[in-house]
Amino acid sequence: MSAPGRPRIAYRRRASPLHATRGTVVGAYCAAISVAALMTEHPLLLGSLLATVLCAGAAAGDGPQLLRALRRSAIPLFALSVAVNLLVSRQGLTVFARLGDWGALGQVNLTLEALVCGAVFALRLLVVGLACVLAVCAADPDQLLGSFRRLSPRVALSATLALRLVPVLAADASRLAEAQRCRPGARGRSPGARERLAVLRATVAGALERSLDVAAVLEMRGYPSPRRAARKLGARSRHDLAFAASAGGIALAALACALDGVARFHAYPLVSAPLDPAVVALALALPAIALAPFLDRAGIEP
Amino acid sequence: MSILTFERVSYSYPGAAAPALRDVSLSVDPGEFCVVAGLSGSGKSTLLRAACGLVPHFHGGSFGGTVLTAGLDTRVHSPAEIGAHAGTLLSDPETQVVMASVRAEISFALENRGLAAAAVARSVEETALALGIADLLDRSTDELSGGELQRVALAGALAAGPELVLLDEPTSQLDPVAGDELIWQLRRLNQECDTAVVLVEQRLERCLGAADRVLAMSGGEVVCDRDPGGFLEWAAEHQPALQTPGARVFADAGLRPLPSGVKQARALLRREGLLHDAQELGAGQAGPARAGSGEAGSGEAGPGEAGPGVRRAPVRRRKGPRGSGEAGPVLQMRGVWHELRDGPAILRGVDLRLDGGEAVVLMGRNGAGKSTLLRHAGGLMSPTRGRVQLHGELALLLQNPGDLFVHERVRDEASLDALRELGLEALADRHPRDISGGQRQRLALAVVLGGERAPGAIALDEPTRGMDREAKRRLATWLSARAREGALVLVATHDCEFAVEFATRAVLLARGRVIADGHVGEVLGGGRYFTTESARILGGAAGAVRVEEAAALLRARREEASGVGSLPATGRLAEIDDLAGAGR
Repeated sequence: MSAPGRPRIAYRRRASPLHATRGTVVGAYCAAISVAALMTEHPLLLGSLLATVLCAGAAAGDGPQLLRALRRSAIPLFALSVAVNLLVSRQGLTVFARLGDWGALGQVNLTLEALVCGAVFALRLLVVGLACVLAVCAADPDQLLGSFRRLSPRVALSATLALRLVPVLAADASRLAEAQRCRPGARGRSPGARERLAVLRATVAGALERSLDVAAVLEMRGYPSPRRAARKLGARSRHDLAFAASAGGIALAALACALDGVARFHAYPLVSAPLDPAVVALALALPAIALAPFLDRAGIEP
Repeated sequence: MSILTFERVSYSYPGAAAPALRDVSLSVDPGEFCVVAGLSGSGKSTLLRAACGLVPHFHGGSFGGTVLTAGLDTRVHSPAEIGAHAGTLLSDPETQVVMASVRAEISFALENRGLAAAAVARSVEETALALGIADLLDRSTDELSGGELQRVALAGALAAGPELVLLDEPTSQLDPVAGDELIWQLRRLNQECDTAVVLVEQRLERCLGAADRVLAMSGGEVVCDRDPGGFLEWAAEHQPALQTPGARVFADAGLRPLPSGVKQARALLRREGLLHDAQELGAGQAGPARAGSGEAGSGEAGPGEAGPGVRRAPVRRRKGPRGSGEAGPVLQMRGVWHELRDGPAILRGVDLRLDGGEAVVLMGRNGAGKSTLLRHAGGLMSPTRGRVQLHGELALLLQNPGDLFVHERVRDEASLDALRELGLEALADRHPRDISGGQRQRLALAVVLGGERAPGAIALDEPTRGMDREAKRRLATWLSARAREGALVLVATHDCEFAVEFATRAVLLARGRVIADGHVGEVLGGGRYFTTESARILGGAAGAVRVEEAAALLRARREEASGVGSLPATGRLAEIDDLAGAGR
């Protein structure tokens, strides 16, 4: 049986080129996708990046985890972003609903431009969020922490503690929730809000004790030792090089696009997102650059 | 020079009313294998924490005296510095593992100490091979079972090749096979590498055979410091709850010296002419416990050999098929499968019929499916195939009783009636986490039993983890009483000594299948691992699995050998039979 409370979105070594790549390179690859999403507002490019990250996840074998994250976050994210922007934005010319005077918010008119602007913002967040999920699923946290440790031992210590506490507390919460189902009145029914709150409170109450336990182990294993951890053996693999090149390519393409102003997008006063050939080419090039390293599947093992 | 020295060490946790250690002085020599025994709350774990420097550096409190670990004063040197010489494994494996993959976990301490990459890689491989976890090296730590985590955490503590290893109940999560293997791995490490071992353990029968020396603690003091034989003599006189089952058998049978392990016990019995190897080697194994799954069988016992002159099997036979009571089964499983979506099947076609009034122990290796089976019985899981029928209520208590408690006061966790029934009404205003382990266990029982109707079945998952022998005895008595009142009692445990104290029937699981199901004496009587120390000593003769049965059998043999018995041999064996029945 799988460990109780094991986080569903977590690193799992799989037989894929991305998992055969060292953690720092995977981190850089996912960061490049995020940076590209943050540097452009054009819906076509954002859509292309969304497809890219989902395809990369599928090619790495982490598709179900990305889809789960998408299913859980996409609708709330879009709804929240669009609703806030619709209510707050005073720009845009295409009014499709007049809601009258809303007190502190004043006169509220809903515009098509505000809706699109909110949706584009949500799309950006979604791409960044999914890239982070992909990094969590595919980047070996031990390697990442080892690299961090050379840069900043304190940051690495905090990150190690936090990373270890996530599964420990998730397991605690899962056990607590399961135990509550053993109470006489709770058998055979789903827990209500009160029960969930009680479990959450008990988990949080135990977090300090758990973090002390983990910190004690880190201490005993010599984590605070002033000696510099030895660099691990092994040359960079061709997967490392391929994904590093891909990350560089994505970042450069996004940078060039931003500097050149190719992918112009304006939400206000009227929505403008011209579909230049350059934009279309870029929308096709980004997935190609990002997914090319997945073609080399030789020598990978879980 | 000693590898570990305590000089007049006293220690109190912050805010504690009584000190956890009182004026402790001791020394452990390099290469010594030292077992620390004691009841719950006697100060064993604090002793280990003081040895590795967590006391006082991590826990604070008031500390007096000197602890020198590998020559380092723990007041001056940090746990990290001490950790370079002393590997420590605490009792909860979940918090002992700090990295995401097994390989990284084992190499963690080595890298922290600045070892060269090649040396790290070599040590990781060697340690993994020595502990039999080489196949886990590329697994994620969060997908390991409790037993696997325990071994990985041990590997992490041993990888740096420490001169001293400090272990706090490392076998508590392990099945009997893995537990015995771990103890002998420690012994091998001790003998081959001259590593000193200080081992805190509740199940002393597992480790006394490997120990050079035993320290017994009580109330924070070291009250006995002798070799295993001397410790057993001391325990027989001063603290019977610390006696091993083998020693109790010998003491009850009037035999001396008290044995520290099965090998020594058998040698002593052989010397006394009380062991009949040729007959007994296969005696218990010939038991007719049903193999494989299916409806509960008749439990018909074949005649186990009980020694010279014995014509009958003392194990009580059942009349008619088990579960043929008029009331029908309380719990019935028909072809129950539990298959993970992306993984193996945990239960594979389990058929089981359990009736009211039965006290059933569920045994098997780690990962055999015991906990999953209980979760199905309690309705926490649904089978992917097959059917689970439960008639009436089932009170299920999972492994950690503390998980049930989410309130600030004991009285908010369970009704006063339930608290009264379990003798907890005096604790009603205490915080559930401030009461002792045994009290927590009882409170958890009060919680799950506290419904409007008394449950027809009680199921417990590993209830004895961290319990001392006295608390186990009380729990076994309570469970037997519930079974006598007509409730079905179903307990999953690795603790064979506890199992035979209450169970009438044993179900052995392996890889999700029921591989043996029968009377507890039949199933556990002839085993090598899934059996009691008493049965191992006597080779399962006469189905004697409990201390009282084994002692009665030995008394009968002694009297028969000397020809002065007050009862004829068959009469004495009938007494054993009665004991077997009464105990169940």
